[in-house]
Amino acid sequence: MANIWVVFKRELTSYFMTPIAYVFIVIFLFLSGIFTFYLGNFFGRGQADLEPFFSFHPWLYLFLIPALAMRLWAEERRGGTIELLLTLPIAMPQAVLGKYLAAWAFTGIALALTFPIWLTANYLGEPDNGVVVAGYVGSFLMAGAFLAIGSCVSCLTRNQVIAFVVTAVVCLIFVLSGYPLVLDFFSSWAPRFLVETISSFSFLSHFNAITKGVIDLRDLIYFASLIAFWLFANAILIEMKKAD
Amino acid sequence: MQGMIEIKNLCKRFGPIVAVDDVSFAVHRGEVLGFLGPNGAGKSTTMKMITGFLTPDSGTVIIEGDDLALAPVAVKKRIGYLPEGAPLYADMTPAGFLNFIAEIRGFRGEAKRRRLDETIAKVNLEQVLDQPIGTLSKGFKRRVGLAQAIFHDPEVLILDEPTDGLDPNQKHEVRTLIRNMAKEKVIVLSTHILEEVEAVCSRAIIIAYGRLVCDGTPAELEARSRVHNAVTLALRGGAVNGTRDELRALSGVKSVELLTQNDDLARFRVYPKDGQSLVTTISQAVRERSWNVEELSIERGRLDEVFRSVTTGEPRTS
Ligand SMILES: Nc1ncnc2c1ncn2[C@@H]1O[C@H](COP(=O)(O)OP(=O)(O)O)[C@@H](O)[C@H]1O
Ligand SMILES: [Mg+2]
Repeated sequence: MANIWVVFKRELTSYFMTPIAYVFIVIFLFLSGIFTFYLGNFFGRGQADLEPFFSFHPWLYLFLIPALAMRLWAEERRGGTIELLLTLPIAMPQAVLGKYLAAWAFTGIALALTFPIWLTANYLGEPDNGVVVAGYVGSFLMAGAFLAIGSCVSCLTRNQVIAFVVTAVVCLIFVLSGYPLVLDFFSSWAPRFLVETISSFSFLSHFNAITKGVIDLRDLIYFASLIAFWLFANAILIEMKKAD
Repeated sequence: MQGMIEIKNLCKRFGPIVAVDDVSFAVHRGEVLGFLGPNGAGKSTTMKMITGFLTPDSGTVIIEGDDLALAPVAVKKRIGYLPEGAPLYADMTPAGFLNFIAEIRGFRGEAKRRRLDETIAKVNLEQVLDQPIGTLSKGFKRRVGLAQAIFHDPEVLILDEPTDGLDPNQKHEVRTLIRNMAKEKVIVLSTHILEEVEAVCSRAIIIAYGRLVCDGTPAELEARSRVHNAVTLALRGGAVNGTRDELRALSGVKSVELLTQNDDLARFRVYPKDGQSLVTTISQAVRERSWNVEELSIERGRLDEVFRSVTTGEPRTS
């Protein structure tokens, strides 16, 4: 545990040593604002809730999270520091978790900084704050799943651009498999159970379920097992690929 | 066994390349082992296996009685490692980085502060503590790397080309640091600089194409040189050919080589049979024949020559 914490601290501080952190946060806040107030028609809907805000998060994460995750391991490999890190007396899962949790905490910070949007909603009307909290929980969990994929992909290459593109594509598949357009396409010919399986693998179905205000155990288990799976794969792949 | 590391039958291949081929050796406390070999010989690969970064295809690494494969974290606690090129987190400052190392190595509070101060003083990092590592000169970066390796006062120190790319003063500093730590530690350092072996190592092993080809003290290695115990003799006056024949006729002399000749000064190198000492014989001959000697010196042998002769050959692939 202590080791995870030490790695976590180093990683999180290093975000703020470079412009990455600030650029990420500014872009995230800026785009959240644009999407919510213009595209989402926040004021025109006559409803005091944050639905338009959350509904854009999957798309926002689709390119922002790979950008954050791409450096996790690719950077260690490019700079050779992976050799330093993995010859310190820490176990592989501790290294993987420490770095991952730092990136996740960082997205948590960015997410928390959107609170003015929530204040605005409360100022304008009386949103159901339980639903808002559920929305934040769902968004944070989904960010965690994106990041776990990104962390795993970034350990396979020392090239951050490749890590970015591959992560974005894998994440897109996970998002799209729940998108109504895609599901409609399948439901016209595929058997029902197949459509449901595809849809059950999607970030979107589970995220939407949570943002409705109901935090179902199944949705939590879905995100938790997805994260666990990708991080497990991450640890195994580093072990296999760290030499090259 | 305490105070030693044992490497047994280590092998590692990368695809068709046999990087390390059945390497075994042991190092004891107090020894500074120079790990010599041309580039690509397998030095770094061996060190990466000793420090637990790479898993060997076969063979074992035993540090202070513990098998690295069975207790990796416990073994890594006792090792300090400077990887080749001293990779570091460029965004961090030396202060932040060493604090991270301190905490990973289990230091907290007062003990941590004390150890940080000690280590920083030992490698002279005070002036650059708050400057990003990426902006430091090579010499300072290497010191940060060394500070990281020696931070927890490890029993075993593995240094991969610790002086590579440094200027002569910096090299000297690093060597002094290593020598000062030598007594209570097991130190293995790799290098392809031969003077380094003479300067700091109590023992040297040479590897070529992944195989261990030589193991001994620097003096023993020098003794394998063709010129070991040869005598260089410069004489003024006298007929060159006559003198050469006279030298050759002395007992214990294998051959005589005329090195240079100008005006009436001739320099010979006299090679002994089986590396025996020729000093007595030659000084006696000089006295008996009243030669006019300008120079008389004995060759210790040349490490570079031994190095070349044992490391040139065909690479093995399979
Ligand atoms: N990760 C790797 N993948 C493929 N080949 C490698 C790898 N690391 C080292 N090698 C090869 O193994 C051999 C030994 O390399 P190395 O141990 O770095 O030599 P040295 O440190 O003695 O210069 C070289 O032929 C090198 O090209
Ligand atoms: Mg090397």
